Amino acid sequence: MAEEIRLMKGNEAIGEAAVRAGCRAYFGYPITPQNELTAYMARQMLAKGRTFIQAESEVAAVNMVYGASSTGVRAMTSSSSPGISLKQEGISYLCGADLPAVIVNVARSGPGLGGISPSQGDYFQSTRGGGHGDYYTIVLAPKGVQEAADLTYEAFSISEQWRVPVLILADGLIGQMMEGVVLPEPIDPATLPRKEWAVGHSAEMHRPYIHVTSLNLVPDALEAANRLRFERYGKIKKELVRYEEIDVDDADIVFVAYGTAARVCHGALEMARAAGMKVGLFRPITLWPFPSARLAGLAERGKRFLCIELSMGQMVEDVRLAVNGKMPVDFYGRCGGNVPSQEEVFAEVKRLMGR
Amino acid sequence: MTEKTFMAGFGGQGIISLGQLWVYSAIKEGLKVTFFPFYGAEKRGGIARASVIVSSDEIKSPIVTSADSVVVMNQDSVEIAEKVCRKGGTILVNSSLIKADPARPDAKIVHVPCNDIALKLGDVRIANMVMMGALCKVTGAVKLDKLESILPSFFSSNKRSLISLNIAAVEEGKKAVSG
Repeated sequence: MAEEIRLMKGNEAIGEAAVRAGCRAYFGYPITPQNELTAYMARQMLAKGRTFIQAESEVAAVNMVYGASSTGVRAMTSSSSPGISLKQEGISYLCGADLPAVIVNVARSGPGLGGISPSQGDYFQSTRGGGHGDYYTIVLAPKGVQEAADLTYEAFSISEQWRVPVLILADGLIGQMMEGVVLPEPIDPATLPRKEWAVGHSAEMHRPYIHVTSLNLVPDALEAANRLRFERYGKIKKELVRYEEIDVDDADIVFVAYGTAARVCHGALEMARAAGMKVGLFRPITLWPFPSARLAGLAERGKRFLCIELSMGQMVEDVRLAVNGKMPVDFYGRCGGNVPSQEEVFAEVKRLMGR
Repeated sequence: MTEKTFMAGFGGQGIISLGQLWVYSAIKEGLKVTFFPFYGAEKRGGIARASVIVSSDEIKSPIVTSADSVVVMNQDSVEIAEKVCRKGGTILVNSSLIKADPARPDAKIVHVPCNDIALKLGDVRIANMVMMGALCKVTGAVKLDKLESILPSFFSSNKRSLISLNIAAVEEGKKAVSG
């Protein structure tokens, strides 16, 4: 039987994928351009007898995620850039307590209240922890509606596997755009295994109480906990790195772009190839861990890079760290909610290649 | 086959519904689609635009900046239509509301009196469906042969009585640009 293709908005597909992943509790607070996600969860979670709360603020919502996740259930929150900034304290606490969680950022343009149009200006915040203290979150960047659904679905198990919050970094275009999507198989939350580290049921299980906290006032103990977490980060960097390559092998110049920008670059790539120019595309899917080793390898092979972002240039810093001065890394970006056209990006390639 | 269409009008003219039904039909016909709407923050009126792509291949950039076809439903949107249409592309104008042709001598201009036809059928709100029929006939990108089976899930139950009227509007739109 052919799989059913549904026409969905990115925001709704993310919501449906979370429901199907067995998300047991969702806590949100409205903000454009992710509102359809919160609205979708309000309908679907309540209809399934699961928990949906529109919190009094973003801060409250992320702390509700902390509480729910402590009990071992799959918990999620979502927002857009300014709201994600408000959640950073809670994300730091989740990381300090080694709790899994899925956090969706349907990013808009900034800084400040900024605008409601798409942006990739939250790359630094997403990949450098974002809140206080020594930590990272896993960051997954979908390029469209199908991948937004797939990565959200998978984010729950990745987050539980590593006990690290997973951030889905989409943007307003992916949230608002409609595409065809094939949805993953639903998981019943009741069938998910109990977590050994979760609180609750201690008396009936005849086991000692479990204390979930990020507080640790003994320097040596806190350092040891941080070092253990960084050992996990090391394993994540080895095992979780994902990227997509298009026409990279014979390319003289390789676009590096993620999410919406990668879609635009793919269009520009086709224009360039039609004009006989050897252009490729490298698309990081995990922004943290960043595919540094692969990019370094491409630089060794003599590829030069053109980084395209919906920002003033953030991921380009990771590209330059990976390439380490071996080959030129150029940058072209638009911001303020503007999305470059493929014609604009193609013109930039022609300029760089002296055509 | 890839057909990139830019749709423009004002809020309430059904631009968003037109785009959604166009891609919904295309999916049912086995095509890949992207639909990216943008509209003002106004509760009523304001601009309503959509980048709409249907293709037999994977769709790269979802932003339509060099449109094969442009649907323009009101006078204020003519300027954007002139800009976004590719060289030699097609511009379908709602000639009920647009009296001067877009200043694009290279483009094929197709006149569709959407509001007049809709009023003749009895409801001005189906002007967008007239335009969809015309777009279907002119581009051939989407056949719309599955439209009738889609509409029941698209409309809320209290509006299902309007399905036959919508289908009639699409047929009239096709006829308006035939021959």
